[in-house]
Amino acid sequence: MNNPNEILALMAEAVVEGNRDKAASLAARAVADRLDLHLVIENGYAAGIQKVGELWEKGEYFLPELMASAEAMKAAMTLLRPALESSRGEPSSEGKAVIGTIEGDIHDIGKNLVSSMLSANGFDVIDLGADVKLGIFIDRAVEAKVDFICLSALLTTTMLNQRRLIAMLHDRGLRGRFKVLVGGAPVTRQWAADIGADGYGENAMAAVKAAKEIMARGAKP
Amino acid sequence: MIATRRPKTELLSQALVEKVIDEALTVLERTGVFVENAAARTLFREAGEAVDESNFRVRISRERVLDSVGSAPEVIKLYDRSGDKEYVVGGDEVHFDPGSAAVKILDHAAQRERKAETSDLVRISRLTESCEHLHFQSTALVSSDIPEIIADSYRLFISLQFSSKPVVTGTFRVEGFGPMFEMLAAVRGGSENLRRKPLAIFDACPSPPLKWSNLTAQSLIDCARAGIPSELISMGLTGATSPVTIAGTLVQHVAENLSGLVIGQLARKGSPVIFGGSPASFDMRKGTTPMGAIETMMIDMAYAQIGKHLGLPTHAYMGLSDAKLNDAQAGIETGLGAALAALAGINVVSGAGMLDFESCQSLEKLLIDDEICGMAYRLIAGISQREDPLALHLLEGLGPESQFLTSPHTRTWYKAEHTFPGLADRDTYDAWLAQGGKPMAERAHAKAEKILRETPPNVVDESVRRELERIMLSDAEQNGVSRLPAVRG
Repeated sequence: MNNPNEILALMAEAVVEGNRDKAASLAARAVADRLDLHLVIENGYAAGIQKVGELWEKGEYFLPELMASAEAMKAAMTLLRPALESSRGEPSSEGKAVIGTIEGDIHDIGKNLVSSMLSANGFDVIDLGADVKLGIFIDRAVEAKVDFICLSALLTTTMLNQRRLIAMLHDRGLRGRFKVLVGGAPVTRQWAADIGADGYGENAMAAVKAAKEIMARGAKP
Repeated sequence: MIATRRPKTELLSQALVEKVIDEALTVLERTGVFVENAAARTLFREAGEAVDESNFRVRISRERVLDSVGSAPEVIKLYDRSGDKEYVVGGDEVHFDPGSAAVKILDHAAQRERKAETSDLVRISRLTESCEHLHFQSTALVSSDIPEIIADSYRLFISLQFSSKPVVTGTFRVEGFGPMFEMLAAVRGGSENLRRKPLAIFDACPSPPLKWSNLTAQSLIDCARAGIPSELISMGLTGATSPVTIAGTLVQHVAENLSGLVIGQLARKGSPVIFGGSPASFDMRKGTTPMGAIETMMIDMAYAQIGKHLGLPTHAYMGLSDAKLNDAQAGIETGLGAALAALAGINVVSGAGMLDFESCQSLEKLLIDDEICGMAYRLIAGISQREDPLALHLLEGLGPESQFLTSPHTRTWYKAEHTFPGLADRDTYDAWLAQGGKPMAERAHAKAEKILRETPPNVVDESVRRELERIMLSDAEQNGVSRLPAVRG
């Protein structure tokens, strides 16, 4: 397996299959063999996750396959990212986000999906868990200098806290520093527009798309 | 005469019922449940169960669970506003009620969902009162025109005023129980009368997998002490918050329900508890929770069978749909669910009127579903031997021109044997066309309008209404709410 294209194909395949162990061991080999890690990510793993996205769009992949692929991608990236950063001295992410289910709400399936898919697509994700106090979102966002704050809510009652968080950002003069993405079962495009959010995803793949579009539009807000 | 057989459907073999229960008991003993509520943990500790205060995990012994199953009543009786009409919740009795706590209503004119308001809550309560086959009402909608903090007590405040039927409700906050209990006691004429003749069921939903939040555990304790029946609403989502196999999800469902049952029995031995739920076959494509999926109905029927095996009253969310309009899907899913629930002998069946994953109510659907529930009742009434012989005497000496339309036998039995729908279309094509050629939802809308226009609301006595209002205003005031919407029947 000395042909670099062969190993890249195996990496992509590991992600498409959702094979965590294979994805991680190939990544470890790439680091040990001093392969070009940018190439490894772009033509190997990222190519795989793109294929997964296509299979999802086509209706061939369901959530269990999607999650398994995201986990495989994450396992590889966990090994590749530090190596890449130490060799190049530069961050390697698509963007940085804090994500959590909002105060008063303990439902986290949807949030976990988005969190995994964002990481799998190269975003640096800080997952704060469920029932996250509004102040914590903001403190962690400031601390980690993130690009996005991603807010999930499953209940119509807790959904209102999404509006409150945006108001809080305004009050603290921080609204311009972060893009706010909202999601969750009761959340609609209209609601996102009403509360002045920057983006909305009706599912995990759409959330990734929205995040990528925002990054492409303005890079750092 | 041959006794009439009550048609009944059971999905599980006896061996599988016993295996699910055995695994559930093992789960409770080995893994236990997460109990956020300190008072509930104290109850467990005082009863000698293993409570880990560092992670709020409670392990419950097999003996304790079986003892609690033994002390919970097999049958619960509910009474209407007057206290005269009795409803037996147990055995194979079936009572339908509207799905509870929707936040939206289908606006018939616009054919789009919108937020529900107090006036919608009044209307749905009045219509439920008029529905023959809905034995119970529920606090079916959450009003968006009052602050959320008092949303739980407020919906009960409205429901109690406009329908005399027993009500399925629940708290959204720990403090909600006080005023809600007071309201029920006000209608019943005191807390002792309420204990003797329960008017309401309170839903308590564990968080899957195997967690009891502070609110829900407190509701179980408060209800047990007040003698109000608690309905345990486990709601695992297959492959997301519970095991993906139906049998596997049943183990978790039973474990969650049994742990809730124990909390109730520890708070007061003999307190009434209903073995219920709202699980769903999680959609692995859309990430949604389809209540109309056949697998969801299979889970419901199966845990109800297990609940019956344990000698407990049962409940399920069935006879509802995930459609967004009153379309073919709404009819298929609701009809199938209601019929299967009735065949399974589930005691409380919540769902009438509901669309869109339990988030939306429809007045039109409520009336259509009432008719569906009527069909389900007819189904489980079974086929009876009315006379002996059955037909020999009618068929003897029958000539070519004979018919039965003028037979006295026909007049004697046709109404007992056959039901007559009000909304389903049985017209000839021309007659249907002559009446405007309308779909069922249009006829349902016209009927709803007519009932609301012509049937005076069955309002509670003025003295009780004033007392309800006093309780509501005091609750509102304590929560910083100074004004409530005007309520018109």
